[in-house]
This record gives sequence, C-alpha cells and structure tokens, in this order.
Amino acid sequence: MTLAVEIETVSGVRLRQFRRRRAVLVGLAVALLVAFALALNLGDYPVPPGDVLRSLLSPLTGAVNKGVDFIVLQVRLPRAILAILSGAAFGLAGIIFQTLLRNPLASPDIIGIAHGASAAAVFCIIILGWSGLSVSLGALAGAVLTAIAIYLLAWRNGVTAYRVVLIGIGAAAMLGAVISYLFTRARLNEVQQALAWLVGSLNAARPGDAIVLAVALLILLPLLFGLVRALEALELGDDTATALGARVELTRLGLMLVAVSFAAFATAAVGPVGFVAFVSGPIARRLLDGAGRGFAQAALVGSLVMLVSDLVAQHALPSVQLPVGVVTGAFGALFLLWLLIASGRSGRVN
Amino acid sequence: MSANHQLEAVGLHLGYADRQIVTDLSLAIPPGRLTVIVGANACGKSTLLRGLARLLAPSRGAAYLDGKPVHTMPTRDVATLLGVLPQSPIAPDAIAVADLVGRGRYPHQGWFRRWTIEDDAAVAEALAATDMAELADRPVDELSGGQRQRVWIAMALAQQTDLLLLDEPTTFLDINHQVEVLDLLTDLVRLRGRTVVVVLHDLNLACRYADHIVAMKAGRVVAEGRPVDVMTEQVVADVFGMASRILVDPISDTPMIVPIGRHHVDRALA
Repeated sequence: MTLAVEIETVSGVRLRQFRRRRAVLVGLAVALLVAFALALNLGDYPVPPGDVLRSLLSPLTGAVNKGVDFIVLQVRLPRAILAILSGAAFGLAGIIFQTLLRNPLASPDIIGIAHGASAAAVFCIIILGWSGLSVSLGALAGAVLTAIAIYLLAWRNGVTAYRVVLIGIGAAAMLGAVISYLFTRARLNEVQQALAWLVGSLNAARPGDAIVLAVALLILLPLLFGLVRALEALELGDDTATALGARVELTRLGLMLVAVSFAAFATAAVGPVGFVAFVSGPIARRLLDGAGRGFAQAALVGSLVMLVSDLVAQHALPSVQLPVGVVTGAFGALFLLWLLIASGRSGRVN
Repeated sequence: MSANHQLEAVGLHLGYADRQIVTDLSLAIPPGRLTVIVGANACGKSTLLRGLARLLAPSRGAAYLDGKPVHTMPTRDVATLLGVLPQSPIAPDAIAVADLVGRGRYPHQGWFRRWTIEDDAAVAEALAATDMAELADRPVDELSGGQRQRVWIAMALAQQTDLLLLDEPTTFLDINHQVEVLDLLTDLVRLRGRTVVVVLHDLNLACRYADHIVAMKAGRVVAEGRPVDVMTEQVVADVFGMASRILVDPISDTPMIVPIGRHHVDRALA
C-alpha cells in the first residue's frame, strides 16, 4: 500500500487537531469551574468553600444551615447559573452568525437583533407600563421580529452575508432612534427602569429566568447539533456547498433561526449584555488556532466572560454593584480595538 | 470505478435575473473522456458548467444525470456521483490543508456515519495525487496561489465522484502547474475511467488534453468533437473573432493555434 505514509499524515493532523480542541475545552471548563466556585464564595458575606459544598449538597444530605443556604442557594447560585447559561447562549449566537456570514462583525449585538429586543423591551416598559417577565417576553418577540425583517430585507435570490450585515447595522441605528424617541416620552422612573434593562444585569436574577433559559437551551442545542455539520460545507461558499450536496438556503435559514433564538432567549433573561456574543467566537478561534470550528469552545468562552465580568461588576468597586453590561462593554470595546489592530497587521480577522 | 454515468443537457436555457446567457443548448458529455469547454469571455461556458452541475437552475430545458433531471434529484445523491470545483471557493480562516480536503467527504458522511478510515484514505489519496501531502497540516491561507488551487482540486478529488466538473482549475497557476493539473485530470480519465469536464482559457492546452472539445459562442455550441476535427482557422475566427494559423503540435500532433494579430498581418499573408 503506497498510501500508508499519507494516510498516517492525514490521521496525524486530525489527531493533533482533536487534542488541541480537547485541551482548549478542558482548560476553559476548569477556568469556568474556578470562576463558578468564586461566584458562590465571594460577597459581603464570604462563604468558605467547605460550607459552599455543604450547602450545595444540603438537599441530599439534609445538613441545613438556613442563613448560609439562603445566600448560596437562593442568591448566588441562580445568579451564577444564569450567567453561565446566558453567556453560553450569547457565545453560540455570536459564533453561528460570524461563521455563517463569514464576518467577525456579524454578531447579533452588532447587526440589530439585540437592538430589536431592546426597543421592544423599552416599548413594553414605557408605553405599556409592563415589568418583569412580560418585558422579557416582549424582548423575545422584538428580537425575532427584527431578525425576520432583516432576513426579508436582505433577501435577493438568496441571502448574501454582506447584505445581512449592512441591513442589520442600518436596523440597529433605526431601532436606536426608536429607543431615544421612547425616552423623550417617558417619566423619570420609567427611564430608570428601562435603562437598567438596556445595560443588562444579573442583579435581578431569579431562579425562574435560569429555568426558562435552560429549557430553551435544551431545545435549541439538538437543533444546532443537527445543523452544524452542514456548516462544514456552507463555510466554503454557496456554490461549493451545493456541489458537496448541502441544502444551502434551508440550512442557512435554520441556523439563523437557531442563532436568533439563542440571542433572543439570553437577551430576554439578562438584557442585551453587550459584546459577549461578539468576543466569544474570535477568542475561541484564536485558542484553537485552526483546529476546529469551536462552537463548544465559544459557548464556554461566553459563559466564562459573563461569569467573570459579573464577578468584577459585583466586587471591583467597594460598596457599588455595577451592572454586568458595563464590564462586558468595557472589555468588549478593548477587545474590538485589539482585533482591529491585530487584523490590520496580519491582514486577516480572527 | 467505471464511467457508467451519463451527463447531458437538452434544450438548456440558463441566465441570471432577466439576462439570458445560455440559449437552447443541447450537449452530451462523453463518458470516460476528458471534455474541455472553450470560448471567449462571457460566452456562457462557466454558466453552462454551473447549469450542468445544478448550481444554477435552468429557466427552460434541463440537465440530465443518468436520464434524471439533475435539479430535482436529491442534492446529496448528486454529490456522490458528480463533483464540482466552482470558480471562487472560499477557504475558512486558518483551516489546515488536510481539513479542507476532508470537506470533500461531506456527501459520504451523515449524522450516523462520521469520519472513518476510508475518509482518511480518500483524503490521503487526493493529497498524494495533487502532490500536497507534505503540506497537510499547513494553514491554507499561508499557501501560494498555485498550492491553494491544488488544495481545492484535492478537495474535489476526495469527493471521489465518477463525474468531475472544474471551472478554470488552472487559473493562477504557473505553466508547469497548469500542465501538472491537466496531466492529473488525464490520469483520472485514463487510469480510473472517470468523466471530466473542464472549462479552460488556454486553447493550445485545451487542444492538447481534450478528448472532446466544445467551442461556445454567445451561449451556444459552435462546434464540438475531437480537437483535430474541430479546431480550424474558421472556427477560431468564429469563436474568438481572431485571425490565426493552425499548426500541428510537434509533441502531441494536436492542433496548435498561433494568433496573428494586427502587427503581423502582412507576414501571415505572405
């Protein structure tokens, strides 16, 4: 068999890539676990790791300490879980759009989908006087409607990436104007409530939010798993993908719906936390260095960014709790600058 | 693998939006042969290839694969019989050579049938055939234009289809690599019995390598057949609007087209 050497080379490349993917995955998981432990441990009332573990296991062991259990199980645990779930959802939404549209700028917080959710939420708060869960539902509807509008406006015998990005950026600007207009008609306390929502925050994290988001992820992840293989073909351009036997329009529409749903559910739960969707994919891709598409890794990066940002937001300044969106915004802006500078030097982005 | 599969166009009309490019074209691709499509820019040769490969839906008529309209067949079934290398495929950032070539295995895999040793073998064979095995773990975006082109050809080879359609696969290549690519395609036809259709710019290479040449002008076939029978000064004048002299290629005895041009008309007439 004259091909033995070449076959060995090919499987060697695949093995190296697999090991790299696994190493990145394990590294991110460990980092996330550390951040998770810190999130349960830190606060005005620090709970030592041993007590955290006892509290977590108390429903099983029955070893109850009401005060500590309340802080760990009712306050910190829902908040940390919500950060992890929403971060993963933002990360996945970002990397799906970025891969599909072949553009690192094409994340849902830049092409108008987050703005659609925001405009709808602000409308619900100011005009309809809603609050709580109904605002989340309004935001969900706003994100989905905006995505449909962008898709239809970008449609011209199929959808091209740059039209989606350009129309999305236009939509983002228009929806920003809608939000500004709604503010001019609002009372001060409504503006305060709307602004708090717009920045995005885990301060109001309720166990219910985490459960809704977890159910959404449980439905969306198998759909993503079913569609993601076709991305292998889609990434190579529409003609090549068709040549390889992929159903291009159907797959793209399906993936966009899944990505919009990820972004919409996450936004409904924690508000339009900026830049998490935008940074997760490029960070995961840098870590992988060509060894894979990095969807699982991007989800973990999203969770990590969200959780660490929330820790910083809670504990960086004494006696002040910042909304998590302030921290991700600052971090994301720095990352965007770095991405632009780095890509300017090497001539390629991510 | 033997070339049993038959590709033909019957009354094919192709175009974009309101612009008609290919008009009422009928063509049977000879199985187990190397067919080369030639013609001036914008004559519709790439459009024809896209129509044959179901990348472009016909406005009338149809392309048939084994007697079935290729457009209505399940696209994955087509992809196991017919491979296409379009003109400008896109390489994802930082993807490795072996990885990109492996994408050619897409139609052979499914949710329940993931990567196997056969896939490794197909990729290895494609890399060996295109002389790219040594660069298997290099990122595609660090390669030269010629190497990149060979990676794409390797991807199409890894698909292991009986029919292979390539749109100007020698663009961006130096003459030595052009010849290598055409030699490789000839191997596929002679040794493996594959059917290959190529759109080419270089008339002399087309005449040298084609078993069957198709000359197109304004969306129609002007002449087709063996290069020796087809490539006359009259046909070249008709297809390219250019005066030429046809010699015999001293290496292959195929027609060799020598353009005359404005500045040498007097000597050509003398």
